[in-house]
Amino acid sequence: MSTQITGTLDAPGHLDHDHKPRGLARWLFSTNHKDIGTLYLLFSLTMLFIGGSLAMVIRAELFQPGLQFVDPHFFNQMTTVHGLVMVFGAVMPAFVGLANWMIPLMIGAPDMALPRVNNWSFWILPCAFTILLSTLFMEGGAPAAGWTFYAPLSTTYSGDSTAFFVLAVHLMGVSSIMGAINVIVTIWNMRAPGMTWMKMPLFVWTWLITAFLLIAVMPVLAGVVTMVLTDKYFGTSFFDAAGGGDPVMFQHIFWFFGHPEVYIMILPAFGIVSSIIPTFARKPLFGYESMVVATASIAFLSFIVWGHHMFTTGMPVVAEIFFMYATMLIAVPTGVKVFNWVATMWRGSMTFEVPMMFSLAFIVLFTIGGFSGLMLAIIPADFQYQDTYFVVAHFHYVLVTGAVFGIIAAVYYWIPKWTGVMYNERLAQVHFWCSLISVNMLFFPMHFVGLAGMPRRIPDYALQFADLNAFMSIGGFLFGLSQLLFVWGVVRCMRGIGERATDQVWEGAQGLEWEVPSPAPYHTFDTPPVVK
Amino acid sequence: MRHHSSGSRQARTFLYHPLAAATLLAASLPAGAQEQRFNMTRGATEISQQVFDLHMTIFYICVAIAAIVFGLMFWSIVRHRKSRGVVPAQFHGSMKIELVWTAIPVLILVAMAVPATRTLIAMEDASASELTVLVTGSQWKWHYKYLDYPIEFYSVLATPRAQIANEAEKDPDYLMAVDKPLVLPTGKKVRFLLTADDVIHSWWVPDFAIKKDAVPGFINETWTRVDKPGLYYGKCAELCGRDHGFMPVAVDVKSPEEFEAWTVAQVAAAEQAKAEAATAGPMAMDELMALGQKVYDSACVACHQANGEGLAGVFPGLKGSAIAVGEPAAHIHIVLFGKAGTAMQAFGKQLSAKELAAVITYERNAWGNAKGDMVQPADVAAAIEKGE
Repeated sequence: MSTQITGTLDAPGHLDHDHKPRGLARWLFSTNHKDIGTLYLLFSLTMLFIGGSLAMVIRAELFQPGLQFVDPHFFNQMTTVHGLVMVFGAVMPAFVGLANWMIPLMIGAPDMALPRVNNWSFWILPCAFTILLSTLFMEGGAPAAGWTFYAPLSTTYSGDSTAFFVLAVHLMGVSSIMGAINVIVTIWNMRAPGMTWMKMPLFVWTWLITAFLLIAVMPVLAGVVTMVLTDKYFGTSFFDAAGGGDPVMFQHIFWFFGHPEVYIMILPAFGIVSSIIPTFARKPLFGYESMVVATASIAFLSFIVWGHHMFTTGMPVVAEIFFMYATMLIAVPTGVKVFNWVATMWRGSMTFEVPMMFSLAFIVLFTIGGFSGLMLAIIPADFQYQDTYFVVAHFHYVLVTGAVFGIIAAVYYWIPKWTGVMYNERLAQVHFWCSLISVNMLFFPMHFVGLAGMPRRIPDYALQFADLNAFMSIGGFLFGLSQLLFVWGVVRCMRGIGERATDQVWEGAQGLEWEVPSPAPYHTFDTPPVVK
Repeated sequence: MRHHSSGSRQARTFLYHPLAAATLLAASLPAGAQEQRFNMTRGATEISQQVFDLHMTIFYICVAIAAIVFGLMFWSIVRHRKSRGVVPAQFHGSMKIELVWTAIPVLILVAMAVPATRTLIAMEDASASELTVLVTGSQWKWHYKYLDYPIEFYSVLATPRAQIANEAEKDPDYLMAVDKPLVLPTGKKVRFLLTADDVIHSWWVPDFAIKKDAVPGFINETWTRVDKPGLYYGKCAELCGRDHGFMPVAVDVKSPEEFEAWTVAQVAAAEQAKAEAATAGPMAMDELMALGQKVYDSACVACHQANGEGLAGVFPGLKGSAIAVGEPAAHIHIVLFGKAGTAMQAFGKQLSAKELAAVITYERNAWGNAKGDMVQPADVAAAIEKGE
């Protein structure tokens, strides 16, 4: 770490006291939480556009009934790789990037606790995704069994890309686990004096809980992909009834990972919104303690609801009832969070800069996703909803207008601190309104076609769904194009174009991250601040 | 099943006049299936009506909560803004209010859980059924076997490939029609046993509120009792490979008398076909090729493709393949008995000897394979006799 600088006149180089290497080496060998945070965020943005391009292929094919552009087998590769890229490449790394940048700044730590692990956990990711995406160019193509890769479609009946897919998922898992360990060790050990547990910003709390979820379930994912690998290549029969296995066991193991995974992708967004709303309402967060308890409750419940993804698999009635009740219970702590956000706004003094706009949209649209989640818990109705576009609508509301909107809000909120310049508010407002309108054109009608009977993961459909699908595709293209405005805004800031940001940045902002200069220097909190 | 071919002129106009076309489409559908475009169907059974009611109840509860929460939020957005000169309050918590908004949702959920549990238990009780059908999914067709009658058959998509490829106008029942629907009687409790031959499929008929996975190696159970005769459509709901989207379900529900007449006719037709096959003479080349192409286009084309070249790395091509231009015996064997561990199914039990002979002959002489030899139904029958 840095040494005390003395005799600066004799060593003029030390005036530039960040000591960072220049050029590629700075990024390749970086152990600096801010640089690694930037790498994660840029990687995530790249993956957002790659995953988005695959979604554009899906929407183009679904624009009209009949097969126009792609073979159904390629269509299945698109839905599969779109899901994998967005979950593991766009949303999760974005949160890790935000954690890298903001957790040390928020708790008054000089860096992450394990900087070399931090470097490694990032640089594994481009390797993992190079392997995964390379399968698109293989003979036989990429994995096509859905991002949930149910056996035996992903084992006996899958292509040669399976081995590449399994290796890529292992690498992503290693990356996530190392990132999670780093977050936990940092928060546990490196809080500034006076930064007690119940003074930590909610973003730090939600990430701490998320990190425990990651450590708990990523090994389960590693286990299930390894079983897929050995079933396919080494003659085991974990998921093959002919050898004494059970295809449904795959789903139990996968969703034991998969449901906590869903909360891994939303809890940090809860933390972001809980930071932004008080800033722009100029009023402290309502019910801080209940927010912490609610987050922990959601995390606990996430381990006992996996069966709700499997209501049609033929579970015993008693198990179905257990999973239905447990799932319905999640609505309680989630509701508490929403009520607390609204109570925070109540009698505040609000302004509506873009981070606030995305946060407000988050509250409304994520809650719509929560409502459809509650509907999906009602098993008799779930029999009608399961595997239809109603489910697609549900999880895109929680993941796009939930997680992704949360991430975008975070970027607009903190980018002045990162780059030292304000983003262009007018451009960002245009980005917001275009995104808001197009994302609802894209996902809202999915509720209707799903209820009316359109299954998910199909390249072609009955004529009754045609007009709504055309409408949704237009919404999809517009939503994709709208994100170019986001890139424009971000690039402007990165190039230093725009009004200089103050250290405080936002009038109502509270917390340690706003006490360091803008842009945040390469090294911050070499001397720990004292939190009162 | 081509019940509504008279409505087939609308396909092109559909794209330009969606509303008008949808109305025509709705009018052209049979009485049983209710066209739904925005909401879940009420369906045709007591259970499906209960499911619809549960769906609407929980939906209205959500709407009511949304109206209150978002109403307060937007009220706050309008009133509590800095531009109106509001000085922010500084309250930041109340145990009392936290308990209230924890308790109220719990009560709402309990109220919802009671009817949901009641309906669920009824849906899962398949006892005291009067008729049992074994439903088997395979890539990408359904097989129905009546356990109370000597009747079993495959049911595959009837929509011609040309319509899917946009080379012909689309029928109103595009991607819904099958060659042979499942036939059921009204008013009887029918039990379904579900399983699969290869990957997991899911048998879904919205009008019966039935969606149940067909899992290879396991048997699931569900049931229905349909009171209204009619034709009901459904689909495979679980991703099952390339042609997952082309695996419809159709159920033709008839009065018990018509159903009995149908079973008698089915049994008679099966016996007649058997007798004809036994006495049938050799077929001519052009007859084999014509029938062969027809069979190929419905049973083989999804994987091996219309040009016989397959999909590289996924499905092997037949054009110039060692089997298609090699000894007929090996070719007949793989078509009859399939290839374990691959998507190549055993077609011996799916097609008649005549169809099998025709399609094998077709594969040996199409796309420049030009072997010039013929496989006759008798050759196929002999191979079936010999067994695997």
